[in-house]
Amino acid sequence: MKFIKSAFILLFLVIACSNLKAQVKHSSKSIKSHLALSIANGKVVYTQNCASCHQVDGHGVQNMNPPLIQTSYVLGDKTKLIKIILNGFNEDVEINGNTYSNTMASHDFLKDKEIADVLTYIRHSFGNKASAVSVAMVKSVRAAKK
Amino acid sequence: MKKNRLLPYILPLMAIPALVISIALKNPTPADGAGLTLPSGFDANIVADNLGSARHIAITKQGDIYVKLNRAKNGKGILYLHQTGDKATVVNGFGNYAGTGMYIKDGYLYASSNEDVYRYKLNDKGEVINPNQPERIVVGLLNRREHESKSVVLDNNGNIYVNVGAYSNSCQEKDRQKGSMGRKGCPILDSAGGIWEFKADKPDQHYGDGIHYAKGLRNVVGLDWNQQDNQLFVMQHGRDQLHDLFPDLYTTQQSAIEPAECLYAVKEGDNAGWPYIYYDQEKHEKILAPEYGGDGKKTAGEGTIDPEVAFPGHLAPDGLLFYTGNQFPERYKNGAFIAFHGSWNRAPEPQAGYFVVFQPFKDGKPDGKWEVFADGFAGTQAQKESGNAVHRPCGLAQGPDGSLYVTDDNKGTIYKISYKK
Repeated sequence: MKFIKSAFILLFLVIACSNLKAQVKHSSKSIKSHLALSIANGKVVYTQNCASCHQVDGHGVQNMNPPLIQTSYVLGDKTKLIKIILNGFNEDVEINGNTYSNTMASHDFLKDKEIADVLTYIRHSFGNKASAVSVAMVKSVRAAKK
Repeated sequence: MKKNRLLPYILPLMAIPALVISIALKNPTPADGAGLTLPSGFDANIVADNLGSARHIAITKQGDIYVKLNRAKNGKGILYLHQTGDKATVVNGFGNYAGTGMYIKDGYLYASSNEDVYRYKLNDKGEVINPNQPERIVVGLLNRREHESKSVVLDNNGNIYVNVGAYSNSCQEKDRQKGSMGRKGCPILDSAGGIWEFKADKPDQHYGDGIHYAKGLRNVVGLDWNQQDNQLFVMQHGRDQLHDLFPDLYTTQQSAIEPAECLYAVKEGDNAGWPYIYYDQEKHEKILAPEYGGDGKKTAGEGTIDPEVAFPGHLAPDGLLFYTGNQFPERYKNGAFIAFHGSWNRAPEPQAGYFVVFQPFKDGKPDGKWEVFADGFAGTQAQKESGNAVHRPCGLAQGPDGSLYVTDDNKGTIYKISYKK
């Protein structure tokens, strides 16, 4: 009897644990799918607004349009990165000993969500790995600019 | 019975090997060593490699090489190479400035930074006598980062022609901003977006000392003096981003192939029409730019010159050379070679170019259609289409024996193309 009881308890514990595990798995899955969605949306924004200069694979154009691969401009401070999208960029930029001369126009016509998505996309693509950019963050940088 | 019914299907299959062989014979074959594809009878050699960003190039009467670097390497912006056989070795470097222009005329080597033009006296061996004390011929040309390179060529009357590229794509209120309209009476045109003529031997000339020779040229990198016509010819880089800036008027496909990269024959006072118009190579018309009220169809540009040849868009012509040698077959004589650096502004459509083109000429006028002369610089088809080209053709020069030299500013390779019969 005692044996049966303890077997039941054990079974209960196993089921409870596996449930818990499923719950944890579920919530991480939702974060992951949120990120995946942001990256997927960002890719669309990228293709329409960025790829013609920075190229489909983010390697940019020799002497003209800087690469988005393994550079602190992309992987570093997110506020600075958001400002590049909002204000455009027209300064000398040197990356790995090369300079790039084309003007980047302001892309402030993009919505907060589009900017968050496209920056999340480039921070997760072309071999880059860095944290996502949130809509709230874009909103606050845009507000501070005004 | 069965056999007879199969025969009509088998016969064409049997013809395939014969077809493959005949195509292989007709098509140019990759030249040995250099990995280029050339017309039959031609051969390419790599005479030097890993030089840095090798832009324009000049060859001495002795067959030695001066090449201008877009970024000074170890503080040297010009390299001097001595050639023995089909190899050239760096003898020395000088000129601590970055730039593009490199040209030899009447015992002087001319070189440009992105602001100034210098010249160096050569001795009778073709060596620079005083590498650290050039004469500064032109000073203070505009360099606002975009289209900053200055190319140079001389005529036969002691004048030098210098390109000053427009620091803008299409003179919008906000450069490259989606939907931004064109600035009225584009103010860039007073000091850029054209060709200036200066005296080849007068020091420290400013804009005001020169002649504003031609206007409305967005950006010229390849230019040459045509000896038959005794006239300047230039290759203009056409405007970018028709679709990006005006997506309602142009598809990505249209934007990838338009507008034309134009070869112009230029006389003093000519205007090629930038930024108000661009040339549509399919319709053979000058089209009003969308920044100035165009809709992709309206024509405009009265009083502006027409191109001699219009090439597909964005191929980026960086070198122009009229061939005057005797080594190549007769049909090449006085024709134009053009080095296309290769596109970037076709994305997301596949990139194109990265080749040297030949345009036949007769009596100083284009005669017949252009053809790809040397291809294969980019590497594989995938490397070409993604824009990850291994080599990118830039400068052209003719050697004393009539060989054609091509520089690559990506890997710093110098190719020598010869005709072997």
